[in-house]
Amino acid sequence: MLAAPERRRAISGGALSLAGIVLFVGVAVLVLLAAGIESGGDTTLSDPYLLGVLRFTLLQAVLSTLLSVVLAIPVARALARQPRFPGRLWLLRLMAVPMGLPVLIGALGLLGIWGRQGLFNQALAALGLSQPVSIYGLAGILLAHVFFNMPLACRLMLAGLERVPAEYWLVAGGLGMRPASVFRFIEWPILRGLIPGIAGLIFMLCATSFTLVLILGGGPAATTLEVAIYQALRFDFDPGRAVMLSLLQIAVTLLILGAMTLFRAPDDHGLTSGRALHRIDGQGTTARWIDALLLSAATLFLGLPLASIVVTGLEANLLKLAGQPIFLQAAVTSLAIALAAGLLAVLISFAIIRARSVISADRRKTVSLCGLALTLSASSSLILLVPPIVLATGWFLALRPLGDPSRFAAILIVVINALMALPFVIRVVEPAYAIHVSRTERLAASLGLHGMARLRLIDWPGLRKPFFTALSFAMALSLGDLGAVALFGSDSLMTLPWLVYSKLGSYRTNDADGYALILGLVCLLLTIAGTAGQGTRDHESRGND
Amino acid sequence: MALAAGATFFAAQTAEAADKTLTIYTYESFTADWGPGAKVKAAFEKTCGCTVNYVSVTDGVALLSRLKLEGAGTKADIVLGLDTNLVDEAKDTGLFDKSGVDTSALKLPGDFKDDVFVPYDYGHFAVIYDSQTVKNPPKSMKDLIEGDPSQKIVIEDPRTSTPGLGLLLWVKSIYGDKSADAWAKLKGRILTVTPGWSEAYDLFTKGEAPMVLSYTTSPAYHMIEDKTDRYQAAAFSEGHYIQIEVAGLIKSSPNKELARDFLKFMISSGFQDIIPTSNWMMPVSATSEPLPDAFSKLVVPSKTFLMSPADVDKNRKAWIDEWLAATSGN
Repeated sequence: MLAAPERRRAISGGALSLAGIVLFVGVAVLVLLAAGIESGGDTTLSDPYLLGVLRFTLLQAVLSTLLSVVLAIPVARALARQPRFPGRLWLLRLMAVPMGLPVLIGALGLLGIWGRQGLFNQALAALGLSQPVSIYGLAGILLAHVFFNMPLACRLMLAGLERVPAEYWLVAGGLGMRPASVFRFIEWPILRGLIPGIAGLIFMLCATSFTLVLILGGGPAATTLEVAIYQALRFDFDPGRAVMLSLLQIAVTLLILGAMTLFRAPDDHGLTSGRALHRIDGQGTTARWIDALLLSAATLFLGLPLASIVVTGLEANLLKLAGQPIFLQAAVTSLAIALAAGLLAVLISFAIIRARSVISADRRKTVSLCGLALTLSASSSLILLVPPIVLATGWFLALRPLGDPSRFAAILIVVINALMALPFVIRVVEPAYAIHVSRTERLAASLGLHGMARLRLIDWPGLRKPFFTALSFAMALSLGDLGAVALFGSDSLMTLPWLVYSKLGSYRTNDADGYALILGLVCLLLTIAGTAGQGTRDHESRGND
Repeated sequence: MALAAGATFFAAQTAEAADKTLTIYTYESFTADWGPGAKVKAAFEKTCGCTVNYVSVTDGVALLSRLKLEGAGTKADIVLGLDTNLVDEAKDTGLFDKSGVDTSALKLPGDFKDDVFVPYDYGHFAVIYDSQTVKNPPKSMKDLIEGDPSQKIVIEDPRTSTPGLGLLLWVKSIYGDKSADAWAKLKGRILTVTPGWSEAYDLFTKGEAPMVLSYTTSPAYHMIEDKTDRYQAAAFSEGHYIQIEVAGLIKSSPNKELARDFLKFMISSGFQDIIPTSNWMMPVSATSEPLPDAFSKLVVPSKTFLMSPADVDKNRKAWIDEWLAATSGN
């Protein structure tokens, strides 16, 4: 429906983004491979240790994904059914906090509840049970991965359920459908379309998990490929091996993701008149009780570890900590990096989504265009599998001839963080964009609106909300990132997570707890800013009742 | 936007301009505001008529990786914060020059002598225990290995950290060929293995495990800063493995004279006075004042283990593989 020049521009925008991603990753990988060949490193992949590591990486990632997704379904459903559950908006906001927390801090929060001295074991001890429940080992890894990823799955599923056209609920109400039928005929078809994508994302996050697996895994029996990559680069400085391991990781994950797409249902974004939600199916007493129970359980599971971070953080002198010049410097640096990375991620996402949308609307698409669309969706996700340390090291080597590479640190960190956020941002923006296009495209075309006018009058008002949600998502992710900074770090580039780690590194546990709390609060503030529109929507729906 | 933010950082990073600048690469906790860095900078700048500029990375291992990354193009004049286990690898880079500093007067346990790297402090690895929960601390490595498996210890991973490597070498020094058996027995006592010292020590102070692998000097921090003697080091009858921190001079440095002055300054009391209560390690030469009381209460190892850097470099991979095999089975 777009004019031909606009179509071309959209497609070339996508192609350009793709080229940028491929170039950025490719340069890093090639430079490392060259360095590896030059140093004649040992790059055999056949040793039994690696096979064990690979097996465990996949085992824990598959189980973590399964648990996160399966547990997210009832919670997302309960959230969708109960638009006026007290504290619902806050639960949604809290669900974004684990994303932004540095992994170590999240782990410490979990230990505050599930650890040997945690709330849970203390309660058990008070009941006279002396054998504490152990969080160390596979169970601990799974618990932590569910804590970090179930909320993500939940938010993405809920967004899908909320896009169900209001007419469906009217019909369902008119037919007197029972919850089981509602699930079977309305909710499940929606979720089934979403789950492969969500599961793929979570699988990749868990496959590359590192600190969490080492801390909670209990020992070398529980290690992921990421540890081997880290060791190869950091301790052995064997770039060739690091790249081989990364490629192995990508290959194996591609296989799994490929197998998963076999189950993929065709996704259809329902058209809606934009009427507010009015769900009758959640109003029965039983349904309310079940949902209340589910949501309370989810709130506790998510909220208690976060509360534990708050409690330990409050023991620090927060006012004094927040007044330190080093903190202010770190906060400004972190926010500047997060904002730049967030904007970059959102812009690339829009370019990719727009190109895909244009291609899929094209009835006479060529093979090469189909290929471009496929590559676009694959590349934006696979980036998660290339560890930041590999990208950072590769670029460090590549930039070395230009002088001190740490001068480029800020830009590299921004780009790396933006790429890491890309898959999340795309999943937030894409469905909203699809609906926006289907609602407005004919109108805009018939009015002859395009270019800036269209952007200002139609696209910006319609896409503002997902834009800010995506931006806050990406910024939270970037705020919690430690990976790239650790390699480049110099005194003029101190970020918040690095401040937390450096306090921990010199006995200042208490200060670290305090800064961790502040970091968590910043993430929460970001989410509040990003979900600001959702309060109004609730309000509107009340007005329509 | 990304470019604009980047440009601001560029400006911030290239702003330092002085006639003579000594660039020191070191680790993060050295330059942190509570670390020795600021005091060392102030003390040295008073005498040298120069500016000291630190570039810091997370730890000694990261320091060496950074050097390997930068190669001959490194801007460092001095690298401060490697340990003896890393010096052979560091020399292999070909970036270091002889120090020209006479270290024969230094009284260091473990008998480390080197014409390239100058030691500036040391600490013995030790099991730190929480005296409120551990009433009978292990008195030897044998005790630790054969003791009650329900009293857990947190250790660091030798693949990712220097304390982890330290423990590996400590066990190797005591058990030699039988190290694998020792690890297999110790395995039941290990609560978890963390990527680095910070994570392990935090789990310990949060009460997750009553013991952790750290340094004999750790209790001094708690006695002086937290006013508590709750956390103590266990003295092991077999002896303790030592970590000696060293600094070296970069061959391509345009400020070699200045850099040599700094290396000499490092072993003088001006520098050594600052080390104990900010880096929480032992000084390598006399300080102008006696050390605080807390230091007299620390464990003094009866015997010090230190392997030659060449042995460590040659065997590290094989020993880590042995450790992996011994501790990863079920």
